[in-house]
Amino acid sequence: MTSLVRYWLTHQQELATLVAEHILLVAISTAIAVAVGVPLAVFATRRPRLAAPLVGIANVVQTVPSLAMFGFLLPVPLIGGVGARAALAVLVLYGLLPIVRSTIVGITGIDPSVKLAGVAMGMTPRQLLRQIELPLALPSIVAGIRVAAVVGVGSATIAAAIGAGGLGQYIYRGLSMVDSTVILAGAIPAALLALFVDGSLLWLERRLSGRRRARSRRAVVAVAAALSLAVLAGSAVWATRAPGAIVVGSKNFTEQLILGEIVAQTIERGTGLPVQRRLNLGGTLICDRALMTGDVDVYVEYTGTALTAIFHQLAAKDPKAVFETVRELYAGTGRTLLAPLGYDNTFAILVRGADARANGLRTIEDATRLAPQWRAGFGYEFLERPDGYAGLAKTYGLTFRGPPQVMDLTLSYRALASGQVDLIAGDATAGLIKGLDLFQLEDNRRYFPPYDAVPVARASTLLRYPQVRQALERLAGRITADDMREMNYAADARKENPADIARRFVEQLH
Amino acid sequence: MSQWGRIVPAMDGVEFRGVSYRIGARTLLDDFTVAVAAGETLALVGASGAGKTTVLKLVNRLLLPEAGDVCVQGRDTREWDPIRLRRSVGYVIQDVGLFPHLTVADNIAVVPRLEQWPDDRVAARVRELLELIGLPPGEYSARWPDELSGGQRQRVGVARALAVDPPVLLMDEPFGALDPITRRQLQQEFRRIQARVAKCVILVTHDMAEALTLADRIGVLNEGRLIWSGTPQAITESDDPRVRALVESVLAPPHSPAAFGSAQAKKAGHYEGRA
Repeated sequence: MTSLVRYWLTHQQELATLVAEHILLVAISTAIAVAVGVPLAVFATRRPRLAAPLVGIANVVQTVPSLAMFGFLLPVPLIGGVGARAALAVLVLYGLLPIVRSTIVGITGIDPSVKLAGVAMGMTPRQLLRQIELPLALPSIVAGIRVAAVVGVGSATIAAAIGAGGLGQYIYRGLSMVDSTVILAGAIPAALLALFVDGSLLWLERRLSGRRRARSRRAVVAVAAALSLAVLAGSAVWATRAPGAIVVGSKNFTEQLILGEIVAQTIERGTGLPVQRRLNLGGTLICDRALMTGDVDVYVEYTGTALTAIFHQLAAKDPKAVFETVRELYAGTGRTLLAPLGYDNTFAILVRGADARANGLRTIEDATRLAPQWRAGFGYEFLERPDGYAGLAKTYGLTFRGPPQVMDLTLSYRALASGQVDLIAGDATAGLIKGLDLFQLEDNRRYFPPYDAVPVARASTLLRYPQVRQALERLAGRITADDMREMNYAADARKENPADIARRFVEQLH
Repeated sequence: MSQWGRIVPAMDGVEFRGVSYRIGARTLLDDFTVAVAAGETLALVGASGAGKTTVLKLVNRLLLPEAGDVCVQGRDTREWDPIRLRRSVGYVIQDVGLFPHLTVADNIAVVPRLEQWPDDRVAARVRELLELIGLPPGEYSARWPDELSGGQRQRVGVARALAVDPPVLLMDEPFGALDPITRRQLQQEFRRIQARVAKCVILVTHDMAEALTLADRIGVLNEGRLIWSGTPQAITESDDPRVRALVESVLAPPHSPAAFGSAQAKKAGHYEGRA
């Protein structure tokens, strides 16, 4: 508890920014969902045959898991890609169902004699809608907005996976650092925000269904006006990306966060250009897509990952050949592979240090005789990648007790240390290897391709800002595997801030 | 139709000529012919489902006839702009249907405002109507419908229908669901109002006593057909068994001796007044 409060106090500025981003994400997406959903629902009440399919579609959309939804939207032009726009699109889709449904219920639930009175008095359909149906459906519509907003506060935490910011950043950062304090630092404000949104909209809803309707309606207009003004002003400030800013991305694990900071600070120091950070993006393919669409200008990729996961080539063994192949493939698609940073972050097959010592294990081959009694835990990516589990098992003839458990990469270190599993595939530079007394088995048959860490940038950005390339060239060959493991350990075990770790490293380079 | 009195050239009123209306296989109204002149009150009586409300909805074009013509002020409802037609036909609907989110004054002011009357004219008209229906404006203007008694709500419903002084007034069970005392009071008020405003009124009721009290003529509907029509005087003398059954239900209500006395007294007074 005290560590949580200390975390908030030391991160005040950042916390305020993340809360503001979170509120804006929810407010803007809910406003759009209202602007789209209410007319859609009105249309459905006019054509009752369309109402059921419409609600059905909205229902189906609601059941798509939010991460999958981000995945679906990635390749969609205009709304897809990485950043706030895509996150808003997803949140709007989620918000539509409750708003459409409650508006339909609100309008169709009006006393038929009241509607008949309106028609019989010679109201045009538009007058009936504005003077009778919408005012009477308002409490129900607000109830739908409340559900949409509360769901939105929850879903918006996932938006951090595509670089849209918000409190989800702490949750993802905490997950990648395996630090529950940081997770709670994001989860608790998000939960409080949800409770606050729920409570205030419930209050509004109660006021509207009460008796003093005319006055309440004026209050609603005032509140809505103030709210939309705040949203407009806020989004204006938020959406303003400094002109000429270089956007640095990163994947969502500790090493990538540190590398992202190193790259960002190197550009800042070397060029004076403003740099925007879009760290913590949810995986290789999201980073790659962001680079393609221009949502990100530069991030650090690993040559073996680029070869197999991005370009779908067969894994190769020679580091130089892999680097050249990948550089050519990137060059053909408007992206430039810069100079390698100096270390190879290959997959590390890890066991507990105690097991290794007790059984005299040194190589993966040594482990094959004990493996049938072991349970294995692998990250999702490792199970799926062509250079992942399937090939490894074949190369070494590895079998385990039961199929491998799927778990988050960063959680698997703890799972191994605490004995839930007996063998995992981690990163060679993981700080936790040192922190948790894990042992890396040697890849004696050279199964894993090389994973040299290399910044990859948009060619157009480098053409426009040649000084960015010059700045990044200064990092060539300067980060060793030991440096990286040390920095990862500082973040994962000593809970230091990635930005501070990066700053120390960059300063020592100059 | 044997006792059909006069066919009025209904230039100012409402005229049905051989009108039929059905939903699917169910006939709601069959070959219905009737004319109601300005200043005249026609009461339609009959069991529920006899087609009374259908007649009203055909007048303001909530429904269009499948056969025959409905003329309002000498013009076929098919040729009327429905919005214009409805604003010249006041409609007191069965369940009152006051707008629950508007005050009493705003409820009455709906049609005048749709017609874009200036504010001071609207305010003056609302005051005038509240006085007409016996609800002092100072006390009732700002009230909400759910703060009124059932009788007060029905009065507001009548005032709302009269707001732009429409030449035609449709009333669907306007005093239904009221206790006998309030009902009698409202019926008297209605007669007073009708004497002053002289509209073409079609009143739907399942209460023969009400029809006898308020109407100049009575039409009896049975399963969508007009089986009898004539003056209140004539109906008490009819020997059609279905009409007799309706009349006798008023003269000798089987289960309520108390209501019997009051209905008798009211009827007697009414006829004396009219004769």
